[in-house]
Amino acid sequence: MISGLVFRALDRGAIAFLATLAAVAVLVPLLNLALPPTSPFYLSSYFVALFGKYLSYALLALAIDLIWGYCGILSLGHGAFFALGGYAMGMYLMRQIGTRGVYAHPSLPDFMVFLNWPELPVYWYGFQHFAYAAFMVVFVPGLLAFVFGWFAFRSRVTGVYLSIITQALTFALMLSFFRNNFGFGGNNGLTDFKDILGFNVQAPATRAALFVISALALMLGFVISRVVVSSKFGKVLVAIRDAEARTRFLGYRVEAYKLLVFTLSACMAGVAGALYVPQVGIINPSEFSPANSIEAVIWVAVGGRGTLTGAVLGAVLVNYGKTYFTSGVLAPYWLFVLGGLFVAVTLLLPRGIVGTIHHWSHEIRARRELNGGDASPMPQAAPRPAE
Amino acid sequence: MAALYGRVIALVFAIGLFLAGGFGAKAETYDEALTKFTADSFADTDEAIGGAARSGNPLAVQVIEALQDGRLLFSTAEKKVYIRDEAGTLLDAANGSPIAGSEPSDLQPVRINNRLRRSIDAALGGLTLLAPDPGRRFEAANAVFKSKDANALPTLEAAIAKETDPAVKTALIEARAAVVLFGPNADEADKLDAVAVIRERGNQEALALLSSLPPDTPAPVMRAARDAVTSIQNQLAIWGALQNAWYGLSLGSVLLLAAIGLAITFGVMGVINMAHGEMVMLGAYTTYVVQEVIRAKNPALFGYSLAIALPLAFAVAGLVGILIEQGIIRFLYGRPLETLLATWGLSLILQQAVRTAFGPTNKDVGTPSWMSGAFDVGQITITYNRLWIIVFTLLVFVGLLALLRFTRFGLEMRAVTQNRAMAASMGIRTSRIDALTFGLGSGIAGLAGVALSQIDNVSPNLGQGYIIDSFMVVVFGGVGNLWGTLVGAFTLGIANKFLEPYAGAVLGKIAILVLIILFIQKRPRGLFALRGRAAEA
Repeated sequence: MISGLVFRALDRGAIAFLATLAAVAVLVPLLNLALPPTSPFYLSSYFVALFGKYLSYALLALAIDLIWGYCGILSLGHGAFFALGGYAMGMYLMRQIGTRGVYAHPSLPDFMVFLNWPELPVYWYGFQHFAYAAFMVVFVPGLLAFVFGWFAFRSRVTGVYLSIITQALTFALMLSFFRNNFGFGGNNGLTDFKDILGFNVQAPATRAALFVISALALMLGFVISRVVVSSKFGKVLVAIRDAEARTRFLGYRVEAYKLLVFTLSACMAGVAGALYVPQVGIINPSEFSPANSIEAVIWVAVGGRGTLTGAVLGAVLVNYGKTYFTSGVLAPYWLFVLGGLFVAVTLLLPRGIVGTIHHWSHEIRARRELNGGDASPMPQAAPRPAE
Repeated sequence: MAALYGRVIALVFAIGLFLAGGFGAKAETYDEALTKFTADSFADTDEAIGGAARSGNPLAVQVIEALQDGRLLFSTAEKKVYIRDEAGTLLDAANGSPIAGSEPSDLQPVRINNRLRRSIDAALGGLTLLAPDPGRRFEAANAVFKSKDANALPTLEAAIAKETDPAVKTALIEARAAVVLFGPNADEADKLDAVAVIRERGNQEALALLSSLPPDTPAPVMRAARDAVTSIQNQLAIWGALQNAWYGLSLGSVLLLAAIGLAITFGVMGVINMAHGEMVMLGAYTTYVVQEVIRAKNPALFGYSLAIALPLAFAVAGLVGILIEQGIIRFLYGRPLETLLATWGLSLILQQAVRTAFGPTNKDVGTPSWMSGAFDVGQITITYNRLWIIVFTLLVFVGLLALLRFTRFGLEMRAVTQNRAMAASMGIRTSRIDALTFGLGSGIAGLAGVALSQIDNVSPNLGQGYIIDSFMVVVFGGVGNLWGTLVGAFTLGIANKFLEPYAGAVLGKIAILVLIILFIQKRPRGLFALRGRAAEA
């Protein structure tokens, strides 16, 4: 049953995409670990960590594409779920430091000793166990999304209103996490990690392993998303996106569909955050800033919303561009580029890169099917909501 | 009756003491006091301060002030004390005349510590009670109120008898009450009177004084003091609430100013302009440029700089707004989410452009003299700049209402808000109305920038700080209705300021955000939602 679902969900493009990802997941660690640093094909550990970071961003982009591209929910607060997953992982990594911290306290992280916390707060209990932390990585963002979505979708908060209150949500969380007495390290966040599952976070082999895990998580996320969007459930999501009221009148419980996909998406974002933290080495409240969440949305827009592969491509491309720009003399101009990207993509390339390619290939196929008779383009119905 | 009689005796005695000051009988103790300054020990200096103050010598004030400023010098060899006056000449402390001949070689300043500083304040308080300047007398009375120095009592009585300025007289009477309450010798009736006097004062200082009465105070006085404390606390709570309400009004007016432009563009065009905050920033930078030009060309006009900046800021921000509408937003109608993203990108570009042009640091925007300063109403302090901003906000609001109600443009704008298609078929050029509306909204944001430049840091990030709050106001108040924005802004402002004392600034803000998120569940279209067809457009 499930294998049948997966089989049906993966078309040729999806399989090509998965194969590419698998190849990257094998090649990058191989070129990093097996080759001597003198070899022209050698990839440095910095590069591995950098691309590992891109892969976790790609998973976040995938999560956004799932709700925005297929259900029309534009969340400007998905960075909140990403950061919550990151904090859950960061808490595990903090507990692993143990007595190797500056103050060498057996249970309290350094910042708590510094701020005179008498003992570990209850919500930090259990984070020394990886399994518990891994569960929280999925559970906390999922729970928040469920509660938030339950309120929002039931009251039919849609469109820009929803976008704005998701933004307010992440803004409120950012302000909270900035507070020292919240117990998450305040301004500095969580950092200075040592071990993950007994392996040194900084070691090249660990980084390569994290890269492979990120790639696998991304592949898994992609397969799940494909299964969701190609199932009947996914068709209903698209119907909600294009004509919400009509779908409701046809008897579908729109809010239940939205809630389910929103929660799923938040869980994926949480996993992305958890993969991000050990590779970057820090998590702090600025990850909650609304600007970060909006930036993630533009990755999806650049790649092409509603394509899944486009989200991944967009995340990697935009972030590579960001690294390229901000590390050179062009650094002051990065915001011009990013801002220009927002404007240009929405105005000139509303389908995104992958979406535009799909569109062209469909058009060419359609023309061929007309037996080469009339060469003029087909009259296209504007992709407008029916309401 | 006995109390009054006692007071009259004290008064007579005090006046006698005052008149005796400066005459031979006391001159000796003044000299003795001066000699103690040369001992170079804190205990002796303390006694010397008291001695000099009690001596009644007119030079005592000068000596003690010099001691306070470290200008009182002594020579161990000569056992004499000197004052270095502001001009740098050396005066003999004994007679106040400049010294003849050269300065002694071993001059060093008399050292003081914190305990001595308190003695100095108390002594000066007592001494300057009779100063000719009412401001100084007032300060002196307050100093005595705090020091509760029993030695000042005779001088106080004398000062009260002479005082003509009512404010100073009240302060003096309150100071006497404080001294009486803390003095060991006064009888119970006097102390009860004193409690009543201090209860009238009714501020934090009175509260602190009444809650720290010495333990040997008679029980009835203690009871009266406790009553007074409760009553003062209640009064202070009311004043505190009023002060919070004032802060809330002030914050609300800022929010209203920032949000009102957003509300009209969202109401008329259904467009979320994420670059709205940057329009505010442009207005603030316009003010900065105007002030720089005025400083360079004609400093005399500085008082008018804000008045000059207002139309310019409106024009600059409005023009940029029209350009944005014509260049970008016009192509994205019917796609609100895309508009949101495009305008966000635009806000990044505008911020970076300003950062490139003006640098990332805060710019100093001056405040004209008519906007600086503050005045007190009861126990609350009102600053002029906040007051003017409230006035200005209300003017803008009324102006906008009038524009919408009484002009052709306003009529067409309302028509487009209510039913775009119908308005278009009635011959209204909706695209032109859209452009003008966007320009108007942006222009008002520019005006907000002029006002905000007076109370906030002018930096490229200025707008970012207001954008989320402005959205909250619009979402809370509902779109398409200016009154909703007004109520929303002031509700949020006042709620914010009332939560702050209990929860702290940050938690208060978080609480507000959470409350709005919950509120949206109840009324997804805000407080004042449009009804009927327009609501679903």
